[in-house]
Amino acid sequence: MGLTLSWLSIIILIPLAGLFLKSFELSPEQFWNILSSRRTLNALRVSFGLAFAAACVNLVMGSVIVWALVRYRFPGRRIFDAIVDVPFALPTAVAGVALTALFAEKGWLGAPLAALGIKVAFTPVGIFVAMIFIGIPFVVRTVQPVLQDLDPEIEEAAGSLGASRWQTIIRVILPSLAPALLTGLALAFARAVGEYGSVIFIAGNLPNVSEIAPLLIVIRLSEFRYADATAIAVVMLVVSFVIIFAVNRLQRWAQSRIPVR
Amino acid sequence: MTMQIADTVSLSASDAKAREKARAAAARDSLRTEPPAVRIAIITLAVLFLSVFVVLPLVVVFAQAFSKGVLAYFAALAEPEAMAAIKLTLIVAAISVGLNLVFGLVAAWAIAKFEFPGKTFLITLIDLPFSVSPVISGLVFVLLFGAQGYFGSWLRDHDIQILFAVPGIALATTFVTFPFVARALIPLMQEQGTQEEEAAISLGASGLQTFFRVTLPNIKWGVLYGVLLCNARAMGEFGAVSVVSGHIRGETNTMPLLVEILYNEYQFVAAFAIASLLAMLALITLIAKTVLERHLDEGQDVNDH
Repeated sequence: MGLTLSWLSIIILIPLAGLFLKSFELSPEQFWNILSSRRTLNALRVSFGLAFAAACVNLVMGSVIVWALVRYRFPGRRIFDAIVDVPFALPTAVAGVALTALFAEKGWLGAPLAALGIKVAFTPVGIFVAMIFIGIPFVVRTVQPVLQDLDPEIEEAAGSLGASRWQTIIRVILPSLAPALLTGLALAFARAVGEYGSVIFIAGNLPNVSEIAPLLIVIRLSEFRYADATAIAVVMLVVSFVIIFAVNRLQRWAQSRIPVR
Repeated sequence: MTMQIADTVSLSASDAKAREKARAAAARDSLRTEPPAVRIAIITLAVLFLSVFVVLPLVVVFAQAFSKGVLAYFAALAEPEAMAAIKLTLIVAAISVGLNLVFGLVAAWAIAKFEFPGKTFLITLIDLPFSVSPVISGLVFVLLFGAQGYFGSWLRDHDIQILFAVPGIALATTFVTFPFVARALIPLMQEQGTQEEEAAISLGASGLQTFFRVTLPNIKWGVLYGVLLCNARAMGEFGAVSVVSGHIRGETNTMPLLVEILYNEYQFVAAFAIASLLAMLALITLIAKTVLERHLDEGQDVNDH
């Protein structure tokens, strides 16, 4: 048993340890030079900045979707509930070409938007759109079960004690959902930062403007600049670790707040 | 309709007490809901958002795939390159689902049924491939097995090709899809506890007998669920596979990689034809997942009683 377990962790650990080992072959100075080069900085900025913006949109729209799915009954509700998972299930390359076709200047949505002077495909806006697409299930699926399990009596109590509906939502419901909302935000952010397939088609991939960090890793690899690729990857990996840690903490916080029934 | 009439009849027939009760319930409900205008606005917003961001991209795939007619669609799928990609995708998915089925069962079993130091660390480790960029997952294998990698020269001396060949693609896919089976099983197995296994062992069953006769039947829906999601991701994986495949036409191109190549060559019908197969896979997976979730819920309800 112990043997299988150590074998298991080796399967995941060895490749990742290899990545860190490789990065230690660089002197701190080299490491810093790679990261502080304009192109790397811009790629990291594009990835992290747009991922955060997209995660925020997902937080708001995800909450709206959860509210509609949990609290209201409308025709097609079950179908829309199932559809939320499409970005999980649809291969990223397929999502990428589909979003590009949709938002290209002659696409179904791209054409009317272009008439308004908004260009989506092959600009940073396109990256933003793709990141929203892939992040939406994370917020919905983490918040939905919590809202479903929320004790209706708390809301009734607030309402009958004279709180307006708005006050009840802000002061009673929102705090109960907070850990789940933050977890959803973190998961959507983590996914969007590392996303590759659905973004590269619609991004335009212009260095310094619409080039995401994962793509820069791939480019550096194809140029055989392994050190550069490794350095960028290590930064992204460390951020992933931090996010996982934060999510675990959030989950523990959420569990400690569940009242004993 | 008849139900409604029946309701009205029974209500008018019943005494004032019941009516009072109904009114109180309605008043309580009104404390928990919003004005109709707000309600309609929220539903519209949710439906609109999901339609634009999720439904439309899905529809576009099929619209583009059939834009030159059904014949062009099937002609694109019958291309030798497409057939090779489909075959490779099926092989790679079979390998990685098989491996992860074993890994996932072992990992979930160990985590759910035993206590040992470093358990939380192991759980975090299992989740890791979910939150790591697929490109990084591919990169780590290049660093290990590439020409300049740690095992690169040894592999060359022994004439073993991992990178830019099927083993590399299968390895990267296995790594990326590692969490699915284990993740599906851990909560299920934890909930079921160890009582049944202990009973089996104390009645004289061997460890393996216990596993196949007691543990496995209890978790069969969970296993199926994990395999389903694992398979969907394995067939659709792009980033990690793209880094390790080398893009050798007809040899190391999986379906998602072929979509990219055809798309970049402006062969849109062909690209979207392959994409439509993957989209159908995703839809079938979702339907199957919904059915399985119902089974899993039922199983839980039975346990609750």
